Amino acid sequence: MAKSAPTDRKQAASENGVLALAGAEILLKTLEDEGVEVIFGYPGGAVLPIYDALFKNNKIRHILVRHEQAAVHAAEGYARSTGKVGVVLVTSGPGATNAVTGLTDALMDSVPVVCLTGQVPTHLIGNDAFQEADTTGITRACTKHNYLVKDGDVLQQTVAEAFHVARSGRPGPVLIDLPKDILMGEYDYKTVGVAAVAKQRYVPQTRPDAEAIKAAVAMLKRAERPIIYGGGGIINSGPKASALLQQLVDMTGWPTTLTLMGLGALPASDKHFLGMLGMHGTYEANWAMHDCDIMLNIGARFDDRVTGRISGFSPKSEKIHIDIDPSSVNKNVKVDLSIIGDATTVLEMLIAEMKVQSFAPHEASLTKWWKQIKSWQKINCLGFDQGADVIKPQHAIKRLCEMTQDRDSYVTTEVGQHQMWAAQYFDFEKPNRWMTSGGLGTMGYGLPAALGVQVAHPDALVIDIAGEASFMMNMQELSTLAQYSLPVKMFIINNEWMGMVRQWQELIHGGRYSESYSASLPDFRKLADTFGMVGLVAEKPDDLDGVITEMLATPGPVIADIRVAKEENCFPMIPSGAAHNEMLLGPADQAAKPISEEGMVLV
Amino acid sequence: MSINEIIERHIISVLVDDEPGVLARVIGLFSGRGYNIESLTVAEVEWSRGLSRISIVTSGTPMVIEQIKAQLSRLVPIHSVCDLTEMGAAIERELALVKIINDGDNRIEALRIADTFRARTLDSTLDSFVFEVTGNSSKVAAFIDLMQSLGDVEIARTGVSAISRGNRIDLTAK
Repeated sequence: MAKSAPTDRKQAASENGVLALAGAEILLKTLEDEGVEVIFGYPGGAVLPIYDALFKNNKIRHILVRHEQAAVHAAEGYARSTGKVGVVLVTSGPGATNAVTGLTDALMDSVPVVCLTGQVPTHLIGNDAFQEADTTGITRACTKHNYLVKDGDVLQQTVAEAFHVARSGRPGPVLIDLPKDILMGEYDYKTVGVAAVAKQRYVPQTRPDAEAIKAAVAMLKRAERPIIYGGGGIINSGPKASALLQQLVDMTGWPTTLTLMGLGALPASDKHFLGMLGMHGTYEANWAMHDCDIMLNIGARFDDRVTGRISGFSPKSEKIHIDIDPSSVNKNVKVDLSIIGDATTVLEMLIAEMKVQSFAPHEASLTKWWKQIKSWQKINCLGFDQGADVIKPQHAIKRLCEMTQDRDSYVTTEVGQHQMWAAQYFDFEKPNRWMTSGGLGTMGYGLPAALGVQVAHPDALVIDIAGEASFMMNMQELSTLAQYSLPVKMFIINNEWMGMVRQWQELIHGGRYSESYSASLPDFRKLADTFGMVGLVAEKPDDLDGVITEMLATPGPVIADIRVAKEENCFPMIPSGAAHNEMLLGPADQAAKPISEEGMVLV
Repeated sequence: MSINEIIERHIISVLVDDEPGVLARVIGLFSGRGYNIESLTVAEVEWSRGLSRISIVTSGTPMVIEQIKAQLSRLVPIHSVCDLTEMGAAIERELALVKIINDGDNRIEALRIADTFRARTLDSTLDSFVFEVTGNSSKVAAFIDLMQSLGDVEIARTGVSAISRGNRIDLTAK
């Protein structure tokens, strides 16, 4: 079917809705069919035919990043802030291998991404050709699915299926490896009938079993000390799921905690919200998880950062687990009831069934339970003492949150202490406003993710709350921000340490700070200047509000270097190997409860 | 030892699209997540629709076995997954080719045992035989054990293929 000379092709549609086009053009047309508006990419030899087709295409915008890893993070930021599939285009060999970290990140955090990689021509595959890598082999473990297109006749179908797989069920990254001869050869592009076939092979269950819903309501009716534990599955399901969660919380009056990935699913200002749970979650959220009698998990996966020591995890509760991915059930924690389905559908059916069964919360026990929770809240686990001399990192983020309350802001983070402080001190009122690397913990995620968010929301306020060490892992993207005038605000919590590494070295390794100091940092103001951006520095608590105000007032990108207390640790903390009721609240606790030997080997 | 720590042996059959990389996907899943593979066999079973059947013998705690099935079901080219051990009575067979080199009484004894096991003699020289033996894994293992005590032995085994008893079709295409 393939004809080698694309110049021969006849573009006229034949009677049966088929166009003869070059592979690269079929690819772009299929992307258009899938509603793609933006691609994040970096060119190279193997993908030149696609770049040539892009040159002539005026429907798809290409954002040129400075490193392929950043292309994937940008696509993740784009996807998570819009609910659409993010698209990446990179070349063969190093282009593909550089994308691996981003793909793994997207897999761990269930972000829908389609990554197009170039490949050497089919006749050279396996010959160790220039810029050849076994891309499908390398990425098999870090994608939801991947393809090597060896036959141009299945190209269109493959691309359509890739989008379906990326966005359906539990979303994730899908990679399509495209040999150069396939991109240049001429094949049929079908104008009808492709979408339906693309959905045949992958059919995840999204509608739950009605009996499971009934059983769940029967369990919920017994609850005296309930807790709702929501996760990223609610966000991935779409804004409607968050609205339904609000409805459920209002109906029941039950305390609710959210995972790192779930922040924003319930407004932080809701009186039922206990804050984030887990290793650096709030005292009240973790204790409520530990002491509850019914746990309703909606779209969370009992991650080890959340559960702490499994044997000590919520020992007295019956657990209901709602998840779209059957493999998440009973993986880490054995549950009493599982409901497989999409969070929106499950919540709709659950709320309807609760009405049918005339659900009413146990007022007396619930009042008692809330009284208990209030007593935990009184501990004020997120309290800190700002003082007059040094900016406390918690204070910096709290002020940033307070000063942006009136704006619809999108926040990304890098990974480390600043990330946890952002999760603790920045309040999210809506879903899709918080983009962070949860599962993989990828330093260098925040800046490119913010780039992608800003591309999706050109007029919104997009802030990368960064640490100075993480920021430097992908700061080449400053050039991308400059090129496209993307007004991302980079709020660097600069303590001159890889703070979380330093914290663990202090707590677990006797204060031997091996290689965790950020030496030879650039002058971030001058760095901003070289890219034509505004650079600001806050050195003293009194500078902070002024710097934030100026940052927010600046129309273009800003690097704000916030010099914070260097040795501040992130609390509260469940040390590794400990349970929810063994939290450390602060420095006084860390001496009293040394970390166990079993805990030391855990990450 | 709690129920969750008991290691069980399960035969899991999987119907897959016969496409490049599908076996690597299945094997990668097992190695990546630290599951055991005792044996794995694969062959095309429906040529017209391009479907292959993979039979995997694995072992793990009940929670791990559940995980294996759930993880397999997530793979896009997999049509269906069936735990034959859980389904009850299943027929399990494997074939072994056993070459034995010996002479004298041992040679006569090997032939006699082969007869008892209904093994077929596929090749013979004055000081060697190649036997074909078919049965469940323990029968094949018993035969190999006996042969090993009677001479120098080389073995080729297919691994387990299995199917359920009765009039039920377990694995169907999507």
